[in-house]
Amino acid sequence: MRNVTKRFPGVVANDSVDLTIESGEILGLLGENGAGKTTLMNILYGLYSADEGEILVDGAVTKFDDPGDAIAAGIGMVHQHFMLVPVFDVTENVVLGVEPTVGPVGTIDMTEARREVQEISTQYRLEIDPSATVEDLPVGIQQRIEIIKVLFRDAEIIVFDEPTAVLTPQEVEDFFGIINGLKESGKGIIFITHKLGEILEIADRIAVLRRGKVVGEVVPAEATEEQLAEMMVGRPVDLVVEKEDADPGEVVLSVTDLLVRDDRQHTAVDRVSFEVRSGEIVGVAGVQGNGQTELVEALTGLTVPLSGMIHLGGENVTLVSPRFMHRNSVAHVPEDRQRSGLILDFDVAENLVLNSYYDEPYSHGIRMDWDYAHQHADQLIDQYDIRTPSSTVKVSSLSGGNQQKLIVAREFSRDTKLIIASQPTRGIDVGSIEYVHARIVAERDAGAAVLIVSSELDEILALSDRILVMYRGRIVAEVTGGEATATELGLYMAGLST
Amino acid sequence: MTAVAGTADFVRAPAEIRRARILGIVYLLLATVVFLFFAVGTEGDVTFRLGDQPGDLDFTVSAQVLATFTAVVFAFLGGIQLTKGFGAKTNVVLAIAIGLFAFSFLGWAAAGKSLSLIGMLGTTVALAAPIAFGALSGVMCERVGVINIGIEGMLLTGAFTGAVVGTVMSPLFGILGAAIAGGLMALALAVLAIKYRVDQIIAGVVINIFALGLTSFLSSQFLVENASGLNNPGVLGPIRIPLLAEIPVLGRILFDQNIFIYVMYLLVAGMTYGLFKTRWGLQSRAVGEHPKAADTLGINVFRRRYINVFLGGLIAGFGGAYFTLGSVGAFNENMTAGRGFIGLAAMIFGRWHPVGALGAALVFGFADSLQVKLGILDTGIPSEFLLSAPYLVTIIVVAGVVGKARPPAADGQPYIKE
Ligand SMILES: Nc1ncnc2c1ncn2[C@@H]1O[C@H](COP(=O)(O)OP(=O)(O)OP(=O)(O)O)[C@@H](O)[C@H]1O
Ligand SMILES: [Mg+2]
Repeated sequence: MRNVTKRFPGVVANDSVDLTIESGEILGLLGENGAGKTTLMNILYGLYSADEGEILVDGAVTKFDDPGDAIAAGIGMVHQHFMLVPVFDVTENVVLGVEPTVGPVGTIDMTEARREVQEISTQYRLEIDPSATVEDLPVGIQQRIEIIKVLFRDAEIIVFDEPTAVLTPQEVEDFFGIINGLKESGKGIIFITHKLGEILEIADRIAVLRRGKVVGEVVPAEATEEQLAEMMVGRPVDLVVEKEDADPGEVVLSVTDLLVRDDRQHTAVDRVSFEVRSGEIVGVAGVQGNGQTELVEALTGLTVPLSGMIHLGGENVTLVSPRFMHRNSVAHVPEDRQRSGLILDFDVAENLVLNSYYDEPYSHGIRMDWDYAHQHADQLIDQYDIRTPSSTVKVSSLSGGNQQKLIVAREFSRDTKLIIASQPTRGIDVGSIEYVHARIVAERDAGAAVLIVSSELDEILALSDRILVMYRGRIVAEVTGGEATATELGLYMAGLST
Repeated sequence: MTAVAGTADFVRAPAEIRRARILGIVYLLLATVVFLFFAVGTEGDVTFRLGDQPGDLDFTVSAQVLATFTAVVFAFLGGIQLTKGFGAKTNVVLAIAIGLFAFSFLGWAAAGKSLSLIGMLGTTVALAAPIAFGALSGVMCERVGVINIGIEGMLLTGAFTGAVVGTVMSPLFGILGAAIAGGLMALALAVLAIKYRVDQIIAGVVINIFALGLTSFLSSQFLVENASGLNNPGVLGPIRIPLLAEIPVLGRILFDQNIFIYVMYLLVAGMTYGLFKTRWGLQSRAVGEHPKAADTLGINVFRRRYINVFLGGLIAGFGGAYFTLGSVGAFNENMTAGRGFIGLAAMIFGRWHPVGALGAALVFGFADSLQVKLGILDTGIPSEFLLSAPYLVTIIVVAGVVGKARPPAADGQPYIKE
């Protein structure tokens, strides 16, 4: 890519970017939220057209009018926000556009398709049920589908836009195995992540973007996490969370014998009991798909459990609505920001009051006070460093990490008694993670009970005072925060130790 | 904490449980209604004729016995529904129950007389056809995410073109012309909706107004004066399908019809197969559910939408020709009388599925033929009420029982790149 520039109203997303990728190489692409990584990749993939600059494949200037052209030129991409059709099953999503067919009218050979998907799934250890409906699956599994999709298509240059944001350490290891294999077979890989350790481990070369410009290229051997972080955000970043020991108070959330079925009537949460006290952070670790999603949905009123009880501050809240939970100072950061955290067609200010617009001071009787809402938005944008041209742009135009920051800002900006956060820092850059983690600890110290569900062990280990491990719908272990190690948790998570 | 429990908030039960309960209660209510109105005090036998000639294949019961039997069955179904439920068979049971209800209703209305059931069912299929074509056209368009409110106008244009071309050239060319006319209107809709991103509802309404105005104007200017030269295509007669028409009862109803009805069967089968078994169908549905995802996989969203909307127009135009070439034999102003809109309702009722759409169209067709029958039978109940009863049942069924019918996720949304 030579001299690529892309402007959106109010922002220059890419500013004369030069980037090369060789075959048999893994290029790491770093940059803070909103730096322009996704935009640059979308240009390469033919989804956006550049305002200036050109793309050269094997030395020849090429023009991609739409992704079809890019695919034909051998480019594949795993998108940051999944491009999956929710009502289709896994196989249909994987083969869409390149379906194996038989007969004169293009009948899809579903048996063959399922077999091929199963084969890739086994070969690369991306465990999946080829006939599950996508909308029923947790984000970690959806991530696997996206990876399978690009493997199925057999491209020469493959872009992975934050594929590891929701994977567990073990899955990340497997994934690295996959991309190393692809690299050896001569493919060019572009890998985007906010996890600096990962990029140092896997990349051959690292390019850093800041505010649309390439600010540097380094080789991993000559870089440290601290240096990279500083290159990205332009200031030193504190990578460890500072926190005092917890001082747990009374029980805020108490869960007894909770049994939840998923949409396919399988038992997802299997008679789980635990408590969260005020002033402590409880982390729930586990490989995606072991019931965490359903647990959180039941706790926040989004699903009705089959049996069991949920108490909030002594009151039975097993069957209340999500609105009731919000009104009772429960904050919820959902695992899938675009599906259940945001209304993409609403603007930033509107999204920032989704959980409180119906109360003072945002509305008086039936009238909304938009002036106040915008003032409130501007303040949060500033406080949480949400990169947006203004509070009146649609959230769909924000970068992924900034969408996430918006949700965190909305949920943490009210009085909270209980915080339930799934993958709270998914896709957020190191600088902002520092801030979000500090906020979580501050909320705890102010007396909130915090429940964090994350597939990222580092986050669980860094924040939790107590850690619960979920495996096949059950809590198989409880460990004290300071004493746990990643290896120990990993064994529990894999069901290898009880 | 502030205790606001039980104020503005409510306990939610899962939607399915609620629906199962509503359905159970509806069964019990219907049992009561059937018993009180159709059984108590009803006298005389009713004869349902299933053969061609009176006495051929008659089936006589006491109307009271029939109604009592129905009431008992409904009470039984209600009981099961409220306790165990029917699980996956709920809708099948429901369909059979509705049929039984209609039966006992007819028994009561025709007590002491005889009734040609076979004639009624044949009429049902015929009256359902235009509704079904409208619904199939809707399925075609909405599956790729384009709402087509203009189906009514496309039917009307098809009817007009079919009459004129059918008279001037031949009925077969009439059919062809009608389909093309519908297709052209659909292309206009497609350009407005896809290229210019005009609100699709408004674009559809414009098409309807345009079609009504144009056909009415041309009809009053030219057809009225020269009816024999321009508006006298003749009706395409029924074609007996050899073996199939010999099947007792069903053969007469289904396989002794004109070409339009056979095309309808083929369309339903073809579209079902196409949409759910072929790559065309998978890609089309992807475009209607998540156009961006389809785009990232190299599927041309715009082209797919243009093609399918055009195909939908062909279907509606073809269905329009049924009015002039398949049933009436001449064009009259606004002769479609809202069938296109009922077709849209059938599409929703049928959950955007070709088979469901046909089934729903048959329900509406049955309601239509019931109206015709009730006009002949003297029931003593205000006819206005009787006429609305089938629709009332439909509304209850759609609203409370069929469950959430989910349109394609991107239905009605223009696709914008970037
Ligand atoms: N479709 C769009 N319309 C308007 N502005 C956009 C659009 N897409 C991206 N932007 C803007 O372009 C800038 C770069 O966004 P981009 O998504 O490329 O960031 P990113 O580096 O991928 O960030 P993240 O790490 O958060 O995913 C942001 O300021 C964003 O608001
Ligand atoms: Mg991004």
